[in-house]
Amino acid sequence: MAADETAALRRRLMRAERRARLRAFALVAPLLAFLAFTFAVPLASMLWRAVADPELGTALPRTAALLRAWNGSGLPDEAVFAAAAEELAHAAQDKAAGLLAKRLNYEEPGYRTLILKTANRLSPPFAQGARAAMEAIDPRWGERPIWLAMRRAAAPLTGFYLLAALDLQQGEGGVTAVPAERAIFRIVLWRTLGIAAATTAACLALGFPVALLLARAPPRRAGLLMLLVLLPFWTPLLVRIAAWIVLLQEHGVINDTLTGLGLTRQPLPLLYSRSAVLIAMTHVLLPYMILPLYSVMRSIPPVYLRAAASLGAPPFAAFRRVFLPQCLPGIGAGSLLVFILAIGYYITPALVGGAADQMISSQIAFYTIGTANWGMAAALSAVLLAATLILYAAYARMAGTGGLRLG
Amino acid sequence: MPPHVEFIGVEKTYDGRTLVVRNLDLAIARGEFLTLLGPSGSGKTTSLTMLAGFETPTRGEIRLDGRSLLRAPPYRRNIGMVFQNYALFPHMTVAENVAFPLSVRRVTRGDIGPRVRRVLEMVRLEGLGERHPAQLSGGQQQRVALARALVFSPALVLMDEPLGALDKQLREHMQFEIKAIHRQLGVTVVYVTHDQGEALTMSDRIAVFSQGAIQQIGTPTELYDAPASAFVAQFIGENNRLAGVIEAIDGPRCRVRLADGSTVSATRGLDLPRGAACTLSIRPERLHLGLAAENRLAARLADVTFHGDHVRLRVVLAEAAELVIKLGPRAAPHPLTPGQTVELGFDSRDCRALDAPGTATIDSADPAALQ
Repeated sequence: MAADETAALRRRLMRAERRARLRAFALVAPLLAFLAFTFAVPLASMLWRAVADPELGTALPRTAALLRAWNGSGLPDEAVFAAAAEELAHAAQDKAAGLLAKRLNYEEPGYRTLILKTANRLSPPFAQGARAAMEAIDPRWGERPIWLAMRRAAAPLTGFYLLAALDLQQGEGGVTAVPAERAIFRIVLWRTLGIAAATTAACLALGFPVALLLARAPPRRAGLLMLLVLLPFWTPLLVRIAAWIVLLQEHGVINDTLTGLGLTRQPLPLLYSRSAVLIAMTHVLLPYMILPLYSVMRSIPPVYLRAAASLGAPPFAAFRRVFLPQCLPGIGAGSLLVFILAIGYYITPALVGGAADQMISSQIAFYTIGTANWGMAAALSAVLLAATLILYAAYARMAGTGGLRLG
Repeated sequence: MPPHVEFIGVEKTYDGRTLVVRNLDLAIARGEFLTLLGPSGSGKTTSLTMLAGFETPTRGEIRLDGRSLLRAPPYRRNIGMVFQNYALFPHMTVAENVAFPLSVRRVTRGDIGPRVRRVLEMVRLEGLGERHPAQLSGGQQQRVALARALVFSPALVLMDEPLGALDKQLREHMQFEIKAIHRQLGVTVVYVTHDQGEALTMSDRIAVFSQGAIQQIGTPTELYDAPASAFVAQFIGENNRLAGVIEAIDGPRCRVRLADGSTVSATRGLDLPRGAACTLSIRPERLHLGLAAENRLAARLADVTFHGDHVRLRVVLAEAAELVIKLGPRAAPHPLTPGQTVELGFDSRDCRALDAPGTATIDSADPAALQ
C-alpha cells in the first residue's frame, strides 16, 4: 500500500475511534463531574489551605511586599515601619487584623495581643515617626523576632502548618524540632498508626478463620453466615458503639458478670481505655477484612489442596505452602482497607477512648471545629493523606500490578 | 506376591440411598496400565478418588501391596496423581511445582535440583522451569502435571481424565508420550477416562464401568471382539444392533430369528436360554457386500459417504432396522446408487447374541437402588 494511502487509512481509523471515545466519555461525564465537585475540588482546596498563607498579604499588602524584599538581617528599615504602622492602624477597622493576629500567634504565643493592641492604639499621623510610635505601644516592635515572624508570614505560601503538623518549626537556624513539651502531633501520629496497625492485626486474626469457614461452607450455610457477618455492618455505627459502651462501662454487662462470678473484686476500667478503642474499632472494621479475604479464598479451587495432599503434603504444609500464598492478595487488600479506614477514625476513639487514645482525626476536628485554624487542620489532613498514599504505594510495589483485589 | 492394588467389596454412597460404587472387586497387577472407562456418573472417578484417599469407602477394603490403605491419609499413600485440570499451583514456577513433592518430603536442596531437571527432561520441558503455569500452553501444563506426579518416584500413578482439556491432535500425541513414559518407568497406572478410543489405544486392561459396577474387564481386544453385554458392545467402538429371539442353541453358536422372520447364525455372547429375546451385535467393518458368508441379508442402500480411508454405507433392512457398513475403498463395488438393493454378508463369529434392552444383566442388584 502506498504511503499516502496508509496515512489516509490511519486518519479514517482515528476518526472512527475518536467517535467511540467521545461516546464513552459522554457516558462517564456525569460521574466525573460529580467526583470533581465532591472529591477533587475539596481535596485540592484542603491541600491548598495547608500551604496557603494569605493573612498578612490581605491585612498589610504593602508591608508584605516590603518584608519580602527585606534580607532579614538587623531590623527592617523605616519604610517598613511606616507601611506597617499605617496599614495596621487601617486594618483595625475590619476583621483582617483579627485573622492576622491569630496567624502570627501560631508563630509565637502572645503575638495576637501584640497585633491587636498595636492596631487599636496606633493613630496616625506619627509625630516621632512610625517606629517610635510602635515601640511606644510595645517594645517588642524594636526587636527582630516579630519582624522575622512577619517576614515568614509575608510569603504567599508557607511550610509552617506542615512543619507544625510534624512537630517541626522554622527557626533562624533552619528547621528544628519543637521543644518536647510542645510536641504533640508526632505522638498522636504514631499513636494513630499504632492503633490502626493493632486493629488491622486483630481484624486479620479474627477475620481469616471466619473467611475460611465461609469459603468452605456449603452455599446455603455460607449465605447464612455471610448474613451474620454483614448484619453488624448494616447497623449504624453509633448504635454499635453505644452497645460497646453498655457492655464495657463500669457497671456494664461485662463488669457485672465478672464481679457477679467473683472473678474480680471491683469493676475493671474497661471503658475509656485503649482496649475499648481497639475492641470497638475491630468490631466495626471486621467486615472490611472478611469480604476481600472471602472473595479471594472462594476463587481458590479446593483441588489445589487435594493436589498438595496427593503430592505428600500434610494438611498444615498444604495450607501454608499452597493455600496461604494464594490468599495473599486478599490479605493485602483487606489489611490495606482496614488500615486506611482505621487511621481516619474519629468517632469511635472519641466515644469509647480516653484522652490518651485520641487519634489524628480528633486533632483535625479540634482545629476545624474548635479553633477554626484551617491551615493546621489541612496540614494534619495532608499528613494523613500522605501516610495513606505511602502505604498504598508500598503495598502496590510489593504486590506488583494487578495484585490488589478488593472484591 | 499380592496384586499391586486391590479393591475388595468396595461400596460408596454419599447420601445413604444411592450407591455410587457397588460391590467393587478389582485387582491391579504391578506395572499394569489399567483404564477405568465409563460414562459420567458410572463410579469410575469415585473409585479413583477412594484409591487416592480423598474419599473413604462406605464398606469394603482397598489394599496397596497387600496392606490396607483405609487408615492412611492421602499424603502418606505415596501415590502420584494427575488431575483433570492439572491443579498446578499458580503461585509457583514450573520448577517449584515439580519440586513440591520432594521438598515436602524433606529431600535436600542439592538432590532436588537434579531430580527436577531429569523429570522435566523426560517430559521434554527442559528450559521452561522458570515459567509460571499460566505462561504455558495446555499441553505443556499437562506435562508439568505429569512430571510433578512422577518426580517422587511413586510406584502407582493415578490419572483422572488427564487429556480431557486438550484438542484432538495434542491428545493423541500425549497418549503416545504417556504410554512411552509408562513403559520406560514401569509404574502402575490407573487411568480414568470416558473416551473409549483413548482407553483402547493406551491400556493393558480396561474395566468398563456402568451404574457403579464393572460390566466387563479385559484387554482392549477382548472387549472389542468379545463384549460381554450389549452395553459394552455399544460403549466400545462402533456397533450395529439387531433385535431377535434365540431359536436354537448349538454349543457356542445359536440361531436367532429376526423381526422379519429371517434367521441368522450367531456366537452366544451370553448364556441366554432358548426363546430369550436378544440383541445381535455386529461391528460395521465385519459386514460386507455380496461375498460368500454364513449369513446373508437383503437390504436397501440408504446412502453412501466417502471418508477417504473407508466408505460408509447406511442400509435399511426389511423391518426398518438400520445398519452401518464400513468398507475399505477397494472393497466397495461400483456403482453404488442409493435405493438399490444389496446383499449383506457376515460370519457367525463376528455376530454376537447379547442381552436384549430392558433385560438388565448388570448383576443382581435392585435396579431401584441405582437411581
